[in-house]
Amino acid sequence: MNTAEAGAVRSGLKEWIFTIDHKRVGVLYLFGSLAAFLLAGTMAMLIRTELLSPTNTITSNPTTYNVWLYFHGAAMILGFIIPSLTGFFANYYVPLMIGAKDVAFPRVNALSVWLYWVGVILALLTFVIPDPPDVMWTGYPPYSVITTGNTALYTFTVLLMGFSSIAGGVNLIATIILMRAPGMTWNKLNIFVWCTLGAFVLQLIFIPFLGNAVTLISLDKYLGTHFTTPSSGGSPLIFENIFWFYSHPAVYVMLLPGVGLIYEIVATFSRNRVFNYKGVVYGGILGSVALSGEVWAHHLYVTGNPDWLTIIITFTTLLISVPVGLLVIGLLGTLYRGSIEYRTPMLFAVGFIFLFLVGGLTGIPNAMSAIYMQLHSTYWIPGHFHYVMALSMTSAIIGGIYYVFPKLTGKMYNETLGKIGFVLLFIGFNVTFFLTMYMGVVYGMPRRFYSYEQFPEVHGIQQVTTMGSYIILLGALVVAASWIHGLIAGKRAPENPWGSRSLEWTHTQSPPPPGNFPRIPELSDDWGPYNYGKSLGATEEER
Amino acid sequence: MKKKIFIPAALHAAFFLAAATGHAQEVQDPREGWFELWHELLVDITVLGVVFATIALYLLIKYRRRHPDDVGTGKEVSTFAALSWVIIPGLIFLADDVYLGAKNFELWNVYRNVPKNAYVVEATGRMWSWGFKYPEGGGIETTNELRVPAGRPVEVKITSADVIHSLSLPYYKVKWDAQPGRSTHLWFYPKEPGEHVLTCVEYCGMMHSNMYGKVIVMPEKEFDKWVEENRPKGGSL
Repeated sequence: MNTAEAGAVRSGLKEWIFTIDHKRVGVLYLFGSLAAFLLAGTMAMLIRTELLSPTNTITSNPTTYNVWLYFHGAAMILGFIIPSLTGFFANYYVPLMIGAKDVAFPRVNALSVWLYWVGVILALLTFVIPDPPDVMWTGYPPYSVITTGNTALYTFTVLLMGFSSIAGGVNLIATIILMRAPGMTWNKLNIFVWCTLGAFVLQLIFIPFLGNAVTLISLDKYLGTHFTTPSSGGSPLIFENIFWFYSHPAVYVMLLPGVGLIYEIVATFSRNRVFNYKGVVYGGILGSVALSGEVWAHHLYVTGNPDWLTIIITFTTLLISVPVGLLVIGLLGTLYRGSIEYRTPMLFAVGFIFLFLVGGLTGIPNAMSAIYMQLHSTYWIPGHFHYVMALSMTSAIIGGIYYVFPKLTGKMYNETLGKIGFVLLFIGFNVTFFLTMYMGVVYGMPRRFYSYEQFPEVHGIQQVTTMGSYIILLGALVVAASWIHGLIAGKRAPENPWGSRSLEWTHTQSPPPPGNFPRIPELSDDWGPYNYGKSLGATEEER
Repeated sequence: MKKKIFIPAALHAAFFLAAATGHAQEVQDPREGWFELWHELLVDITVLGVVFATIALYLLIKYRRRHPDDVGTGKEVSTFAALSWVIIPGLIFLADDVYLGAKNFELWNVYRNVPKNAYVVEATGRMWSWGFKYPEGGGIETTNELRVPAGRPVEVKITSADVIHSLSLPYYKVKWDAQPGRSTHLWFYPKEPGEHVLTCVEYCGMMHSNMYGKVIVMPEKEFDKWVEENRPKGGSL
């Protein structure tokens, strides 16, 4: 079948479910992750509303609150951030950016999105079954083993998401290595492609450890083994180490593609080259990949890990500031001598730079074991990781969706709505999570607390924090409205509305047809995805 | 002649001074050390943040697009410049990291080396309360109430009867996990009498946030009196 000539693209439900087109697989990921975001966000609002008063506000049952916490964390990380970045954006962009017709294994790709959807559905059962998981997304034993909550739902959701990521990883790594268009050399790849490669290398190396960890607690809970039971010679500390051996690298699985998207947006809206491309790729991206496996134990400074490990990990964790610093310098350098236009995606990129700066710098105290004596398990920790993961990556994802909107739908969103949404989100983010960090470090307010009557000092701050979260809600609603409005009533998008030089904008239509390109692009030596300097005029292929 | 006598005298004075401070066994308070290092760290990250944010704002304003057809004029960097832009910032970050790491270990050593004269209390976390046992007090037991004498370092040996908990004393800037089947420890230096919150900070199920109590620092004489009044009958077996 000549897919490139299939003018009328079928779009029945069956064609969507059984699709092997990377763009449609990507869109399936996008719908799944937006659904997860909606639910996780609803949980966040319930959590923040409950915290308006020190004891009972909207539920008198602490377990209900704990289930909200569990679902919020698990859905945000496993259901929203990772799948939207490495599922939607990676699937959608990588073949378009490297000039390929599709991914290397389209059927494996379909399998990966099916596994992901089954995982989402399994996670949704949380709201149906009688004893939902109340173990937090970290699932520490022995609690996860002895609880009456349904830990299996947690472990099987994790396993399904894990298999999905492995399938996606094998697929996209093979695609990037083998299917680059003629002339698309390694040093001409988009930064986002490099970031995706780094993220999937991490997934392939580290997911087995997560699978191992959750399997241990499943076996302990349901088959009576004793891997984590101290009275029988097991150790919960083993689980904690294995769990974080995946879950800290997972931060870079989210961070790298997020940063990659921001690089694309910043370069496009500055119409500028990426500053020190090789430094960013080989220093920043590959440096992060290389170091990310040596930092897990900073989560465990005050657990019972041996002191020699703490000493090593303190240094390696501080060292992560080197590659991450290089990534930030590359971003700032890309602005230098640029021609910056402030459309909605660029606003989110600017927001990202500041949120990421706060998130990165507030990570330095976490690396220091002695300072961690106060910070561990307080509000400082969720404050910090919301800045560096949730807020930064959500900014990257939302900005990225605005950026891809014309390509994906062929329509334009409403610029005013988009900008209002950004301003509300940026204000709400900072109010909510700066105060969260403040409560943690100053008062030692512990996280995962249903009631906090022992900390009367934070009562007023908690209420302001909740107000901040309502501003976030308002911003999210405006963003959603702008997308829905764009889908229904958006104007027809120009072929290359941003004037980008990258393949997905210059060499194919919007939205791209199955098979992506009329013919596989052949790239000359002086082509580059960020070559703006030469001229803004149309290239030969561009009509 | 006078000079020759003076020098050994000065050396002797210095020697005795050093010996005297050595004998005094000055106990460092980890809480004070924490505040000192935290403030230094706060200056460090704030300076970095302000420098980066200022550069970002400057670039964002200076290079805004003035004409719709403008393009960026950034140039590709030479190999030398590329390497320099990696190595120099890398070394600056590295230097800061090594400095902070070294500072951290000074304080970490204070946190992890319990002074010899510490008053020992045994803590057990269970769902959902803290039990404290006072071996020096003939085995007195309290629940959710840690009583200690002022002016003496206190070591808490921690374990758990069921799941992982974590004993946190936010006022003293110290916490440590209670792991089942494992004994861990923390110490703090309650210099002044007073009452402060102690609480669990590792999620342990439904009533996790209700697993809290007080650390009550008493003047030494009152504390001794409390011990005598509460000492279990039948001695310290």
